[in-house]
Amino acid sequence: MTVLQNVGNWLSERLEWEELIAPLKKKTVPRHRLSYWYFLGGITLFLFIIQVLTGILLLLYYRPGASEAFESVQYIMTQVQFGWLIRSIHSWSANLMIFTAFAHMFSVLFLKAYRKPRELTWVTGVVLLVLVMGFGFSGYLLPWNTLAFFATKVGTDIAGQVPLIGHPIMVFLRGGEEVTGATLTRFFGFHVAVLPGLVFLLLVIHLLFVQRQGMSVPPSVEKEWKENPAARRELKFFPNFALRELMAWYVGLGVLGALAALFPWNLGVKADLFASAPAGIKPEWYFLFMFQALKLIPSKIWFMDGEVVGILTFALAGLLWMLLPFFESDRKARSQQWITGISVFALVFVITMSVYGYVAK
Amino acid sequence: MAMLQSKSHASAFPRFLLATSLLLLAASLSHAQTKNSCLDCHSALPAQLGVTQEQFSHDVHEQKGLTCVSCHGGDASSDDPAQAMSRKAGWKGPIERRQIPQLCGSCHSNPDFMRRYNPGLRTDQLAQYHTSVHGKRLAAGDSKVAVCTDCHGVHDLRAPNDPQSTVYATNVAKTCSHCHSDAHYMAGYKIPTDQYAKYTTSVHSQELMVRGDLSAPTCTTCHGNHGAAPPGVASVPQVCSTCHVFQAQMYEKSSHKVAFDSAKLPGCVVCHENHAIAHPTDAKLGTGPEAVCMQCHTPGDQCDQAREQILSQLTQLNSAIKAADQQLALAEASGMEVSEARLGQNEARDALTKARVAVHSFQVKEVSANVQAGLKTANKDLAAGQQAMVERNHRRIGLGLSLLAIAIVLPGLWLYIGKIEK
Amino acid sequence: MATSEHQLPKIKGPSATTLPRRGFVEALLGAGFLATAAAFIYPVLRYFVPPQAVDPGGDSVVAAKVGDLKPNSGKIFRFGSRPGLLIQSADGQYRAMSAVCTHLSCTVQYRPDLKEVWCACHNGKYGLDGRNISGPPPRPLQAYDVQVRGDEIYVSRRREG
Repeated sequence: MTVLQNVGNWLSERLEWEELIAPLKKKTVPRHRLSYWYFLGGITLFLFIIQVLTGILLLLYYRPGASEAFESVQYIMTQVQFGWLIRSIHSWSANLMIFTAFAHMFSVLFLKAYRKPRELTWVTGVVLLVLVMGFGFSGYLLPWNTLAFFATKVGTDIAGQVPLIGHPIMVFLRGGEEVTGATLTRFFGFHVAVLPGLVFLLLVIHLLFVQRQGMSVPPSVEKEWKENPAARRELKFFPNFALRELMAWYVGLGVLGALAALFPWNLGVKADLFASAPAGIKPEWYFLFMFQALKLIPSKIWFMDGEVVGILTFALAGLLWMLLPFFESDRKARSQQWITGISVFALVFVITMSVYGYVAK
Repeated sequence: MAMLQSKSHASAFPRFLLATSLLLLAASLSHAQTKNSCLDCHSALPAQLGVTQEQFSHDVHEQKGLTCVSCHGGDASSDDPAQAMSRKAGWKGPIERRQIPQLCGSCHSNPDFMRRYNPGLRTDQLAQYHTSVHGKRLAAGDSKVAVCTDCHGVHDLRAPNDPQSTVYATNVAKTCSHCHSDAHYMAGYKIPTDQYAKYTTSVHSQELMVRGDLSAPTCTTCHGNHGAAPPGVASVPQVCSTCHVFQAQMYEKSSHKVAFDSAKLPGCVVCHENHAIAHPTDAKLGTGPEAVCMQCHTPGDQCDQAREQILSQLTQLNSAIKAADQQLALAEASGMEVSEARLGQNEARDALTKARVAVHSFQVKEVSANVQAGLKTANKDLAAGQQAMVERNHRRIGLGLSLLAIAIVLPGLWLYIGKIEK
Repeated sequence: MATSEHQLPKIKGPSATTLPRRGFVEALLGAGFLATAAAFIYPVLRYFVPPQAVDPGGDSVVAAKVGDLKPNSGKIFRFGSRPGLLIQSADGQYRAMSAVCTHLSCTVQYRPDLKEVWCACHNGKYGLDGRNISGPPPRPLQAYDVQVRGDEIYVSRRREG
């Protein structure tokens, strides 16, 4: 123990970290019946860290390029020791991370944690979610298998439907008019350089906001506490809350390991640029609700193309969603219920469409 | 004709088309002014005499610039039927069936004439027709037999590579069946009328009609088209060997060749039938209802023993492949990567196919060589599948140990939190 | 997560009397951390070790050594997951193509007597450039690029476009 302490002292004399971690030591977490939801952001962060670590490991063997990508992933899965584990964890963790990010978003929404002064935390969070979905979309193509190839084709095609800017966007994403090896190279660049950079930047901002503003207390709890100040309880962030979060991370680690070992992520069949599309191409589950909704829109609405209307509606809805906190007013008026109504509708919509998309042929 | 126009002609066709279309353009300019009064009336006439401009526009002859007059004679520039269809103007009158081959042949058997339109096209159709059963009977005065127009159509006669042509590969069988499946029409000829029904059950029909493999045989592939006749008993193996080379080679050297030839039996057809050629199964070598060997051979003799050995070897390889497939499927279902072994399975399946081909040598050792090679591969794949399952178990043990470690940390943390919060 | 409880799990610290020996919790925790760290680091260290099997290296394979083939002969080699055919023509040139017949996927072979590529299954024939000449094959065989480097003959897929 003394050795450790000596090293600690030595470092602290030079880094003066006491000052750095002072806010952390001061930070407290409100303790109430809904405190469980505070874990979700942390778990998402944990899964992101796992993604970064396993992603770096995969880079040791992965090779982008239409002629090598599939073979190199196959090599990782079959030849490299524990390659199957690293890749399976990367894939599983990616999916779990998107799930927990969604759950985190809806928990923030229902607990009204986005209210003033936390509007910007919400905005950065929504942007982060979009970036994380971008991670999913770009990463899905990297093994260069048939399903991913066609999912990318369909996905970029949808982007291309947007009037005026759609086509340039599609060409930008594909690196040409068609999905080819050039697309793979591009997606690889997005996945390992562009997106990590952006996400890192936003994540730091997001976490700084959380640090500066502390944890939000849900309105119902706030009201109770106002009526009965004695009931107010707090938990020190460090170490009390952090240790509990650590427990959650450990559980997450166990779940990830079990999923990866029991259900290794499969590889599929190498993409063939000239093969005809297999029947029932579907995107990854987190895009399914949009995909299915677009499919349900009639092909012509008034004078406009139905699909275009759908895409523009989703774009507009996304934008409004990001700006949601700014519609919240201080007055205890209908607007609050209005936003809750929208949130419930959004959640039901996403779940119903996803399930429908999953079941539909 | 479909059969005659092989791929090499097809590739030369566009260039030829360009050249001729230029020629025809010049020709049609002069034709354009020329009036075709025939269609004015005949497009309004009932079925037998009726030809519409729409129908005739599909006709390959029309497309090359020929008109009614080219075959029927007469004067198409006159609106007066009496003048247009006057013998003086060269009108040939109603064309009798028996005259048709000669009429078509007047151009199609003339190489100098045909060279102007399609230099690649053969000009021996009429000569071949004379050698066919149809042609011989026609010469003998039977006008019920098929003449050119019965198969090729008339007035809307399309080129044989046009998918709507009556002689396009996928339509040939149907075209032949018009007469040959009509029991009433065929009554006087003492030949069966179930060929078409049988053919449609065959593997060849499956390939041609269902898979759309235009190289799969239809009636004319074995019988010839213009020279259509049943292949003689002696030439059956030659005909089949056009595609089934190995089988024919092995059969040629086999004891069955000698036996069948002396008994005047039609080779391949003895075991595989002629029109209802089913996809062969190993059951053909067995003793069940599909079995063929024991229709001639005596149970227990030397040949029967060989048959049994061949069958058991094929069955052995087949079940080894299936077992490996199952094992690999099991491994795949557990998420293991066994694509290497899956690839090997193709090799094993190839060996089984080769072994089945080798049956046509009727030698146990020929079959056995292929079976042994296949067994080796299949067993290797099986072992790979089993190894994958062992590996899967290792993974689970590893997982168990890791979960155990996590299971130690969790209560540890719990207790620790309790301790600092006390 | 259950929301029915009214507080975060309030961990009941072991009371002073039942408290185990002072170091027990720390020891348990330390052992757990070490074990999980091991479970974490071990696979990663193993992952770093390059495998015995050589990396497939994309779309280029060594099909044969110079001298393996006599003029006017052919050899089947493994190209990714399918067989390929390497031919040395009578004039000494190397050519390579897919060995999977485009008709029913049998493996084709070089016939020195015909100086053509031949499929035994249904008598299909291809030219030395892979073009289908006669018989059932509907399409040409995919031709590959051949390069002789040193005494090894490399075959690679033709670049797109």
